Amino acid sequence: MASNVLKKAESFFDHFERWRPTQNQTTHYCPGCGHGNAHKLIAEALDDLGLADRSILVSPVGCSVFAYYYFDVGNVQAAHGRAPAVATGLKRSHPQSIVMTYQGDGDLASIGGLEILHAANRGENMTVFFINNAIYGMTGGQMAATSLIGMKTTTSPYGRSVENDGWPLRVCELLATLPAPVYIERCHLADAKGIMSCRKAVKKAIKNQADGKGFSFVEILAPCPTGWKMTPLEAEKWVKEKMIPYYPIQVFKDESATREGRFPQPREVADDELWKALDLGLFGETHPYDEPFVKNFSTTHFKFAGFGGQGVLTGGVILAAAGMQENLEVSWIPSYGPEMRGGTANASVVLSKDPIGSPLVVNPDVLVAMNDPSLDSFEDTVRPGGIVFVNSSIIARKLRRSDVDVIYVPLTDIAAEQGLTAGANAVLLGALMEYTKLLPIATIKEIIPLGIKRKQLIDANLRLVDAGVEWIQNNVKGRKQSVTVPPSKQTAATPVMFPEK
Amino acid sequence: MQKELIKGNEAVVKGAILAGCSQYYGYPITPASEIAQAASRYLPPVGGTFIQAESEVAAINMVYGAASAGMRALTASSGPGISLKQEGLSYIAAAELPCVVVDVMRAGPGLGNIWPEQGDYHQVVWGGGHGNYKCVVLAPNCAQEMCDLTMLAFDLADKYRNPAIVLADGYVGQMMEPVVFPHKRVKVPRRDWALYGDAESKRNVISSIHMSTESLEKHNNKLQGKYAEMERSEVRFQEIKTEDADLVLVGYGIVSRLLQSVVEMLRAEGKRVGLLRPITLFPFCSKRLSELTTQGKHFLVVELSNGQMLKDVQLATKEATPIHFYNRMGGAVPSVDELANVARKYVK
Amino acid sequence: MTDNNVPRVEIVPNLCKACQRCIEACAPGVIVTNPERAFNELGYMWVVYTGEGCTGCGVCFYVCPEPGAITVYKRERDKKAVAQEA
Repeated sequence: MASNVLKKAESFFDHFERWRPTQNQTTHYCPGCGHGNAHKLIAEALDDLGLADRSILVSPVGCSVFAYYYFDVGNVQAAHGRAPAVATGLKRSHPQSIVMTYQGDGDLASIGGLEILHAANRGENMTVFFINNAIYGMTGGQMAATSLIGMKTTTSPYGRSVENDGWPLRVCELLATLPAPVYIERCHLADAKGIMSCRKAVKKAIKNQADGKGFSFVEILAPCPTGWKMTPLEAEKWVKEKMIPYYPIQVFKDESATREGRFPQPREVADDELWKALDLGLFGETHPYDEPFVKNFSTTHFKFAGFGGQGVLTGGVILAAAGMQENLEVSWIPSYGPEMRGGTANASVVLSKDPIGSPLVVNPDVLVAMNDPSLDSFEDTVRPGGIVFVNSSIIARKLRRSDVDVIYVPLTDIAAEQGLTAGANAVLLGALMEYTKLLPIATIKEIIPLGIKRKQLIDANLRLVDAGVEWIQNNVKGRKQSVTVPPSKQTAATPVMFPEK
Repeated sequence: MQKELIKGNEAVVKGAILAGCSQYYGYPITPASEIAQAASRYLPPVGGTFIQAESEVAAINMVYGAASAGMRALTASSGPGISLKQEGLSYIAAAELPCVVVDVMRAGPGLGNIWPEQGDYHQVVWGGGHGNYKCVVLAPNCAQEMCDLTMLAFDLADKYRNPAIVLADGYVGQMMEPVVFPHKRVKVPRRDWALYGDAESKRNVISSIHMSTESLEKHNNKLQGKYAEMERSEVRFQEIKTEDADLVLVGYGIVSRLLQSVVEMLRAEGKRVGLLRPITLFPFCSKRLSELTTQGKHFLVVELSNGQMLKDVQLATKEATPIHFYNRMGGAVPSVDELANVARKYVK
Repeated sequence: MTDNNVPRVEIVPNLCKACQRCIEACAPGVIVTNPERAFNELGYMWVVYTGEGCTGCGVCFYVCPEPGAITVYKRERDKKAVAQEA
């Protein structure tokens, strides 16, 4: 404090009216409690650095849950242990703000162990004050992760034992193994010397944040006379004689002088940039209704099935996108999850002139079976009179049933001849459209490039579509003018959506 | 009209960004992961924040922080993750912060499997966390609504300063359908209650603690007042052919799509069947159900859970007319034929 | 106003919780329990400055956990040193 008077900091409220209407110039803390000392150091540092207006303090669950009674800064009260996560959301939202968490040992070292570890590991540009008094104060003196071996608490009445409870957790030492934090120090409040050194640490930890240096962490060994069942003076002594030997007072890490400051700036993008970034309107205007192709169109259900890598899911997407381009209603549902990654995969596609009710294809009008398990799984589900495309490059057997229209086409071989074995789905789309005349080949070819980045690959895929078309023209006599599926029983739904009056 | 063929999960993110959402904090889980993936792709280039949190618990608390900062913030998960987020949701509702959470339901309990179910209804609609709070719950049934209802969820969350949940299922999230995105964006105004890290806002306190019983009871009553107002003003549902229906099918999410096909199928057979599809699950369309009951209509409730929404229908109708029930669980989704056969039993 | 060149400590009786950490920390020993042995509003037997001998070191201010209980007035000429320290 750059003055010849040491007095109550400006960063404190004069009267703690958030606590109670009268007798509100003291804290709610017990006599001799370290929280008050720590509060004073933080408030003084904010005064000195002129940062109170920019500050947001995240208070924990524990005795200091009421920190917002005292500090004339922005205040957020967080759930037990979650302060570093809450602080992350605040700081990322307002990078110019000074975000501090103030947490006890139950909060930070136990229930919030993961949150502090990861906030530190991300190097969040925030300041954490960790008050270690080796006990749960607010809930009535229970054992903390930092309680010392042999320490009797209300939940370790026979003394903390390593066998039952493990070792007291040294948080600074743990966090100091991480590359991200800029500054980690442990200090104590047990005597004037300790407090003055803590004062410097607190100020540095806040200044680091203002300088954009990153994650600063100050552990403060603090007396809890009530929880320890001691007088305040006995408690001071206990910190020095019992706690400090186990929790060494030390700077564990300090790169404050060498770190470059980072000052992320909030950024607003223009509307046009936003549309572009969101790829809005990727497919552009839909086509006018193309009568020659969709004249006899009724709702058609497709099932594309194969193994991962055969492009059955993508094939389904291209078909659906082409349908959309032709102004049809479309839906696509994949089998998802582990099966997408190497096992069997299938996609349900529905194309319809009318709004689509169920998007699930249980009984397909058109089945595309790219491998044996797919045919085995779905052969019996195809609607009588439906169409089955069998990838005869891989599937040797013939269909068991005779009430469907079946095309055996060596999709993988055709693709391989063109030097692109992974392109069996493009061959399929060409063959399927040529055979069923459901959608124009041109539309399929219009969609394919949208999903492929490399020009070379686009051309190859378009050639494969043509190859599929040619194969049908050369090998299938008496092909369909449009797919013969039972006439649609669907009537257009008339949805009404309105708030209830 | 520009359409995009897009997954429901991705439509959520584009809708959210258009709604002014700048903050996403989440944790991957099937079948919701595309939401995190899309957020990680689309948010940073437009000045937003994406963080893959260390846990679902951390994610919802980061949302708490961002909401405290006055931002529109989003997170998404599926059942197991929503269970973990309940702590944070209780705090967010108690602190009266707006935020949007998307739950793309999978089958449970426990790890269950990744196929669609509706078993999160109770934990989401009735409030899975501690205390007397409710979330606004919106149930999309198509990719377009994944966008539209996410945008609406942000508006409702702001209007009531309360969390809003978009309750979808694996199919609605995974399904690709054409979506028309609005070419307009919401600018989030400065909120007088939020913290901006400046002198003007620093006296604001975001907290859920009320030490005196009087103060906490008053706060609880205030919250209940908001929920009552939601019940008056925010009920949304869709009706198809209910006017002359003898049997009204009731279902939400992917089930409503199946039921829509059932209605078409049975109407073609001359059977008087209609569909009531709740869009808001809280507030629930109790009044409309009650009206339909007084018209003597019977109901067939279909859900992918163990009678969770059925309870709300029973409460609304006071079971004055017969309520039939059909459900599947474990990720099994009935076929339209299966449901049509069930419905035929209850209608002439 | 008191003479600015005489350091002193002011203790607000009603803000003292009698933890006695200041008594323990005060090198010249000029803070003592109120000899009148009375209790303040909070029910504590507060501490007082004996009235002379304060060096203005400020230790009592920092060991006192209460934000407003103790105010220390240093010597004017210490101003520069204080500023450097800060």
